Amino acid sequence: MATATADSTQRRFSGAQLSRALSVVMVVVALIAAWELYKVIWKAVDLTVPVRPDNVTMPHVWDILHEFTQPARRGGEVLLILLLRSSLVTLFEAVVGFAIGAAVGFGLGVTFVRSTTAERAFMPYVVASQTVPLLAIAPMIVIWGRELGLPSWLVVAVIASYLTFFPVAINTLRGLRSPQATATELMRSYAASPREVLWKLQVPSALPYIFTALKVSATAAVIGALIGELPGSVGTGLGRVLLDYSQRFAVQSPKLYATVLMTCLVGIAFVGVVTLVEHRLVHRRLDPEARPA
Amino acid sequence: MSNDARVVVEARGVSKVFGASGSGQVEALRGIDLSITGGEFVSLIGPSGCGKSTLLRLVGDLLSPTRGELQVNGKNPHQARLDHDYGMVFQRATLLDWRTVRKNVELPLEILDSAPAERQERANRMLELVQLGEFAEHYPWQLSGGMQQRVAIARALTFRPALLLMDEPFGALDEMTRELMQQEVLRIWRETDTTVIFVTHSIPEAVFLSSRVVVMSPRPGRIADIIEVDLSYPRDEDTREADAYYAKITEVREALRRQEASA
Repeated sequence: MATATADSTQRRFSGAQLSRALSVVMVVVALIAAWELYKVIWKAVDLTVPVRPDNVTMPHVWDILHEFTQPARRGGEVLLILLLRSSLVTLFEAVVGFAIGAAVGFGLGVTFVRSTTAERAFMPYVVASQTVPLLAIAPMIVIWGRELGLPSWLVVAVIASYLTFFPVAINTLRGLRSPQATATELMRSYAASPREVLWKLQVPSALPYIFTALKVSATAAVIGALIGELPGSVGTGLGRVLLDYSQRFAVQSPKLYATVLMTCLVGIAFVGVVTLVEHRLVHRRLDPEARPA
Repeated sequence: MSNDARVVVEARGVSKVFGASGSGQVEALRGIDLSITGGEFVSLIGPSGCGKSTLLRLVGDLLSPTRGELQVNGKNPHQARLDHDYGMVFQRATLLDWRTVRKNVELPLEILDSAPAERQERANRMLELVQLGEFAEHYPWQLSGGMQQRVAIARALTFRPALLLMDEPFGALDEMTRELMQQEVLRIWRETDTTVIFVTHSIPEAVFLSSRVVVMSPRPGRIADIIEVDLSYPRDEDTREADAYYAKITEVREALRRQEASA
């Protein structure tokens, strides 16, 4: 009986997985078809706006994919290998930056929820920090990092953390304030210490909010790492490769597209890992049908 | 319900004013004198704004009185709270979503630093008491409203508080469940020898449960009348059909009317 139930659950589960995989494939196919169809139609009616349909501006999808197997430089390693190596560098910087940013953001959230005075005093600067363009800040951080003798990956990580901490701080604060008033009164009636209220009530209540922020931050950390790699030729990551190929766009546009695809995959992989951790940590109301009458 | 004649709650001239001084002030309670002895079941009843929930929160040290003196077990309410003298149950069960029923019941014991083995044993006993033993590993959202409220009661009693404070605990339940829960809470009260203060809107509920009903009147909140309910315990379905029960309901209703007319 129990085995039968487990079997059917498993079958239903893999069925859901199959249809999910199928929908992903269908979207990819549709996107490729749209891209190629655009080229055909725009060429036929001789339109050049918004984007020229020629093979430099919009290479064929198969040319982009083929480029992955070609040498990145004459006689050098295959592009895919170069991109994978660069991806690891960028991903490492992004993950470290993400960790720093998440820790700082969480710390700010906890500080602000404990002290309204601190919130009033510092929140305007936290908000202001995000209105300063990262492109203006990144070179400064690179220079300071160099003066301090920090390794370049750490400098890039710090730049990535600059984009990461803000969503985490705001959502942590929101989440820590989310428990019902009666839940707080209940903890008070047990004479719980502020630390116990934080860890047993506020942080678990805040987890769904924090993970929403972490998913935003995961992509932001990748963007931050890419931008961080640009000034002063720091590092050997995807940002450098992007910069190289964008300067040689007229002759090597498929290489740039291939690199852009790779950055997307890095971002998706990162968000995917965060989502997996979320599924493990955040308790979900899995089956509303399970409620007895 | 051994009436041990020990005074558990003693209020003398207690007043509560909300808001800063000036026009924004609201006088929630004025001159409350009330004495509750061990093992009593006391209901606070009255229209909205009569301060019955405020009085409950003053006793439980979730608020502090503006004037007057309040003692719980011979201590001030703050010390009584630190000594874990209160169990609280609210209208919303307020269970923690991410904890199983058992872990919810264990929560106060975790804060009291009980050993894990003792916690588990105690939680099991409490879940048996509220007849939810088989639901220990369920999550709160898998339970009906009445079951959630029983978990909340188990949680409130798990550290053996001297005083159980209940703020309209059955207010959100349907009538059938409500009557069942009233029976339950009486049984639990008799088995655990706690003193209960019970806030309610419902006259039949107050009469069915209580040894005394405190009738309150609004603006400012004060005690209008205290009615002894001398129906013998245990009370059951027969009690609900007894003439003496109806007579008490009428008495409470008239007390509420009187203070309405004089207001």
